[in-house]
Amino acid sequence: MESILIAIIALGCIALVFGAILGFASVKFKVEGNPIVDQIDALLPQTQCGQCSYPGCRPYAEAIANGEAINKCPPGGQSTIDALADLLDVEAIPLDAEHGQEQPKTVAFIREAECIGCTKCIQACPVDAILGAAKQMHTVIASECTGCDLCVEPCPVDCIDMLPIEPTLANWNWPSPSSSEHIIATDRGRGNAGSAA
Amino acid sequence: MSKIWSFHGGIHPPENKQQSLQRPLEALPLPSRLVLPLQQHIGAPASPLVKVGDRVLKGQPIAEPTGFVSAYLHAPTSGTVVDLVDHSVPHPSGMTAPCVVIEPDGEERWIELQGVDDYRSLEKHELAERIRHAGIAGMGGAGFPTEIKLHLSDDHIINTLIINGVECEPYITADDMLMRERADEIIGGIEIAAHLLTPTHVLMGIEDNKPEAARAMTEAARRSRIDIEVVVVPTKYPSGGERQLVKLLTGVEVPSGKIPADIGIVVQNVGTLAAVYNAVHFGKPLISRITTITGEAASRPGNREVLIGTPISDLLAHAGVDPNRLTRLVMGGPMMGYALGNANVPLIKTSNCIIAGAADEFPPAPPAQNCIRCGACEQVCPAELLPQQLHWFAKGREYDKALNFNLLDCIECGACSYVCPSNIPLVQYYRHAKGEIRREQAEQRKAEQARIRFEARNERLEREKTEKEARRKARAEAAAKAQAAKKDDAVTSAPKADPEAALKAAKTAAAVARTKLKKAEKALQIARDSGESDLAALEAEVSAQQQKVAASEAALKAAESTAPAKTPDIKELKLAAATARTKVTKTEKALADAEAKALPSAEKLRSSLATLRSKADAAQHALAAAEQSARPAAPAEATAAATADLKQLKSNAAILRTKLKKARKAIEAGDSSAELAQQVTELEPQLASAEQALAAAQAQQPPHTGPDLKALKSAVAIARTKVKKAQKALDEAGDNDDLRAELAQLQQQAAAADAALEAAQQATESP
Repeated sequence: MESILIAIIALGCIALVFGAILGFASVKFKVEGNPIVDQIDALLPQTQCGQCSYPGCRPYAEAIANGEAINKCPPGGQSTIDALADLLDVEAIPLDAEHGQEQPKTVAFIREAECIGCTKCIQACPVDAILGAAKQMHTVIASECTGCDLCVEPCPVDCIDMLPIEPTLANWNWPSPSSSEHIIATDRGRGNAGSAA
Repeated sequence: MSKIWSFHGGIHPPENKQQSLQRPLEALPLPSRLVLPLQQHIGAPASPLVKVGDRVLKGQPIAEPTGFVSAYLHAPTSGTVVDLVDHSVPHPSGMTAPCVVIEPDGEERWIELQGVDDYRSLEKHELAERIRHAGIAGMGGAGFPTEIKLHLSDDHIINTLIINGVECEPYITADDMLMRERADEIIGGIEIAAHLLTPTHVLMGIEDNKPEAARAMTEAARRSRIDIEVVVVPTKYPSGGERQLVKLLTGVEVPSGKIPADIGIVVQNVGTLAAVYNAVHFGKPLISRITTITGEAASRPGNREVLIGTPISDLLAHAGVDPNRLTRLVMGGPMMGYALGNANVPLIKTSNCIIAGAADEFPPAPPAQNCIRCGACEQVCPAELLPQQLHWFAKGREYDKALNFNLLDCIECGACSYVCPSNIPLVQYYRHAKGEIRREQAEQRKAEQARIRFEARNERLEREKTEKEARRKARAEAAAKAQAAKKDDAVTSAPKADPEAALKAAKTAAAVARTKLKKAEKALQIARDSGESDLAALEAEVSAQQQKVAASEAALKAAESTAPAKTPDIKELKLAAATARTKVTKTEKALADAEAKALPSAEKLRSSLATLRSKADAAQHALAAAEQSARPAAPAEATAAATADLKQLKSNAAILRTKLKKARKAIEAGDSSAELAQQVTELEPQLASAEQALAAAQAQQPPHTGPDLKALKSAVAIARTKVKKAQKALDEAGDNDDLRAELAQLQQQAAAADAALEAAQQATESP
């Protein structure tokens, strides 16, 4: 009887000590905010285009952290979906066509002769990549443009074009070798995906 | 002899070097055109210093560097700049890049050259600046601006200078020929580099398949004033790779992601050092180089001294290349070079070899088979990577994993592809994967930048909002304070200053006095009726009250006389007249009632009716008089009101229109409830009347005096865009009557807007 009592007391003491340590640690090393949101945000393309129906990439990252579908980002395309699926350990699903198609990267261009200087596109640009003032011609800082499309709609005279980014010597890449080898049936899809990119 | 270490892997492909060593070094005749790409080096493209039509002298700078990692470019001969144009350049993509095109005049007139006899007397940075101005970039193939490498002793401790005379790739003999013919120039260059870097050891590596070059260099090194050790290394590909040569000669491995300078070693190519010698001693910029032209299609293979910018077609013609046998034109070696799409590209600073390959020399690659996991690629990889693993990852686009297996340490030597029994194009996979990784990293950087800008913008908008709010609050507070101050003022000054207030106070006082008197009288009456004893006191009270009433009424009269003659307020008068009239009608009704019932009060009512009628008449009169007096002021007000009214009418009409539209849309969308239908029927007449009113108001409105040209212009632009959009919609929708009608209407509108704009422009121009 006495030995049982001693055991219970000893275990109780240990439980108290560890409980105190855990309690202290949970206060001392408390994580501010949700770190997964930052990780998701880092994977999103940051075009801030709102095609996912959220007002920017970070809000969508927060929504994903709260269980929103990961396939609502057309600018990121399948590679972003794959990366998100990898991070969140969920099934990679195809892009939700409702939010748009994956398109080649573009950059906005203002036909300056037609610009009437209304500043509407400047207000629409999420990354401040359009330069200009009221009644003055506007222009796009191409290196800052994310190709989000948001400036096209507000333009009253339709003078903004979305131009595809042309390959240059600086961003050219060797094409993937076309391969005729397929070890197992499932590799066939991979090989094609590789050559398509 | 110093010790020779060894590096992992490597292969022994057929050398094929003898073909191009049968003939001595020859100079190519002056070509008819020279095409000089602005970027022949790693880093930023140079920016041109000449324009079309300029006459240039041999050795004159024609482009200057645009950044730290960039290089000068010089005219290879005297002549005229005939074009600044995008021309196809030697690049695996076959794309074009900006080039300066020079037409030689054949005079070969040099600019004034300034060499130095004793470079040791110069400051080191001055010496490096001379090398920079000579436009020298690594001639082994990479094209890294040389003076940057010679500057490295500023922030690195350099203990070993290694001269790369290995030239391990098959076919190429340009460095071999240079070492045989110009050993002294190379030694001179080494001395300058050693002066700049102050290493403790100078080592020179030469493969044992170039005995003549090794002998020439050893002899020249003996004559040198510094200690240069010529090391003959066994022939193995790729011992000419920078990292492999460092390992071979020093036994030290350059860590992943670092450069040799981080471990105190600088490697320079022999061609580069010869160019440095010429730049320092004679002031000659880099305008020519030795290039090997070989291959089975060439009948006179050999090494040629060519001007930078010479079209490859000229070189092929000089080497007697048979166009019928030529199937594959390769720039660089067979292992690391790339096929050229056409011979119209120029030779650049890094072009060390051109191979005019025949069909049996470069047969088409056999189809790739499955990987049999033999591990041969791992055996030959000089970077000690796992090519098989990298192959899977590159193929499956698992670039993260490829990075973890150090894909970026791959030097793309092609040894793995060479030995692969399944003919898998391994190195092509790695090149593609490396490019994709770089692209992804660039996108990542851009995304990060976009995120920062987006956050900065949101912060700014937020700040602006709070500032606006703060300003609004401050204004409201100031207004409240001003109001309070006014009130205080009014309270203190009221009794004396405000006669109106005094009048009111007097009126109230008189009324109170009258009521009190009435009460007192009533009390007296009751007391009298009940026969109370205390009559005397009550009577006194009544008389006192009577006096008070008299006094207060006198005060009231006085106040009325002091109060300024009040301007008759039409509104008040109207109200008074209306009340009077109502009272009259009410009394009339009561009277009729009383008469019908023959009540005794009828007589009383009749008399009060008479007084009320007279009162109503008086009120009406007063009102009429006031209105008469007020009229003169009205018209001005009316016009001001009219514009406001017009606006009001417009917005009313617009609101009604929108409502109507919404209702209609809802109906169209399928919500066909009776309520909505009723709403529509209700709204339609309302809208019609509102539009009528608006039209009437506009008709009354005086015509616009100054037509706003700008507004008209943008109206025209907007109208045009609308027409365009409608047209587009029509095109897309095909035959649609509604759209067509809308388009016609819009076109009319646009035409009208145009006409208005024209008229306005004429009007403004005519005066």
